[in-house]
Amino acid sequence: MSARSHSRRGASRHTFTYLWQGVVAVILIAAFLMPVYWMITTALKTTADTFAVPPVLIFQPTFDHFRSVYEEGTVAKSLVNSLIVATSATALSVLIGAPAAYVLARFNFRGKSDLWFWIISNRFISPIVVALPFFLIARDLRLLDTHLALILVYLTFGVPLVVWLCVDQFRAIPREVDEAATVDGATIWQVFFRINLPLAMPGIVVSAILAFITAWNELMFALVLTRAEARTAPVEAANFMTGFGIRWGPMMATGTLIVLPVVIFALLVSRNLVRGLTMGAVK
Amino acid sequence: MSRQRVNLPAISLIAPAVIVLLAIGIYPLLFALDISFRQYQLTKQYLGTGYVGFQNYAAVVNDPLFWQSLLRTGQFFLLTVPLQVVLGVLIALFIDGMRWRPLSFLMRVLLVVPIAVTPTVVGLIGRLLFNRDFGFMNYLLSLFNVPPVSWLGEPVPAMLTIALVDIWQWTPFVALVMISGLSMISQDVLESGQLEAGRGWNLFWHVQAPYLLPGLTAVLILRTADILKLFDMVFVLTRGGPGVSTELVSVYIQRVGFRVFDMGVASAQAILLLILCIVLSRGYIRLFYREIEA
Repeated sequence: MSARSHSRRGASRHTFTYLWQGVVAVILIAAFLMPVYWMITTALKTTADTFAVPPVLIFQPTFDHFRSVYEEGTVAKSLVNSLIVATSATALSVLIGAPAAYVLARFNFRGKSDLWFWIISNRFISPIVVALPFFLIARDLRLLDTHLALILVYLTFGVPLVVWLCVDQFRAIPREVDEAATVDGATIWQVFFRINLPLAMPGIVVSAILAFITAWNELMFALVLTRAEARTAPVEAANFMTGFGIRWGPMMATGTLIVLPVVIFALLVSRNLVRGLTMGAVK
Repeated sequence: MSRQRVNLPAISLIAPAVIVLLAIGIYPLLFALDISFRQYQLTKQYLGTGYVGFQNYAAVVNDPLFWQSLLRTGQFFLLTVPLQVVLGVLIALFIDGMRWRPLSFLMRVLLVVPIAVTPTVVGLIGRLLFNRDFGFMNYLLSLFNVPPVSWLGEPVPAMLTIALVDIWQWTPFVALVMISGLSMISQDVLESGQLEAGRGWNLFWHVQAPYLLPGLTAVLILRTADILKLFDMVFVLTRGGPGVSTELVSVYIQRVGFRVFDMGVASAQAILLLILCIVLSRGYIRLFYREIEA
């Protein structure tokens, strides 16, 4: 008898645990996703629904704001600019960063710790410190309001990020693989491009995605270095706050368009996001 | 395990990174250092750009607004980070201890969302949620019969607004760091710990907490650095206002540089901030990359 009642009590305690944990989980998820949900629904609400007090939870969705944002063209143009800049900066960062990471993982040389220090310290330096000189240099080189200026500037965080995340990846590849290939007469270029690069691809893809997210989200450099032609999406979004009469619907539609791709990317690399943000100190 | 000596082909692989480092990493810093000793007002070009010695630095040291912005940044840290740590640890313990593993996994994935949202857009969402007339926050308060708060119109509420938004965005980061600390604890250690310390607070303090310490150190240093860097969210949400009540240090320097256009003084401020950042990153490296630096 005691065994049966014990197990029944155990079962009900289990149910209780599942229940309260489920409730807390739902509250937490709601709290952390609510602002994003609110942005998306505001983008889909009519202006009248947006201003409704108390807020309307069930409404007839409309794509008018997305349509007007598309038709005006400046937002679409800024998204294209963001895509060009973030993609180019990411590609260049990988092209420059991955070989450097390989050398850092495999070789010893003078100045290695200095290079290392620079790579880590980039995570700490406030962009405003370099935004001032970048502005003056870009002005002198007549590179203001060009994609090129932003792409080059974004290498300051892209390259360190790629190097950091890839060094670990290359270290995980056994040295014997390199040695065997070298004995067979392969040059270091061949060893790197033909053998190590394919093996390190998963880590390289993750680092590329993180570099892309960072470049896509960046505001300060873009604000300082672009005007009308090369203006990126975050600058365009920030511009909604100037002038009279905030257009909440189009503003939130723009926000949704900006956030959607990076959130999808972040979900794809969710397991590596923390490693990227802490420069590998937390795995 | 001794490593290979470097040779010419290896240099060719790392050379692009070193060139980039020199061209866009070091050169701009030297440029900023140079300007910080010059008179350099973009709106008053006729004054020229001659050297003025330490005049800009003296101006910064004697500028109460600069010190106030640093102090405000410190206040912002105290408003956000302790709460982020407490909430982050609690959420981590909760997610780590969840019975139903699929839901635990789902939460870990979803925690990534706030971190990834473009800070500029976070600022815009803040404008929406904290709007005095139709914002969601005042609606929540109205349910408890609290009269509407002018969140962005008055100094103290504005500071609370940017703090709350920061807590929303970065608590998940702290939680994820803590979860990875907790996942380091092996099942054996946890079970023998439960035998000795029981459950609840004792288990947390004697068994789990030591595993959280490295993560906590990383969080404290990185949050300090990120708050010194913080610009976009605040710029969009409050522009540093009302008045200068939410003008954190990076926002202030941006204003001096690009709205007052005094490049000399702004550069001097930036150099001082840079020194602070380097001290921080030195500490971080010493704590987490001992074997690499040696």
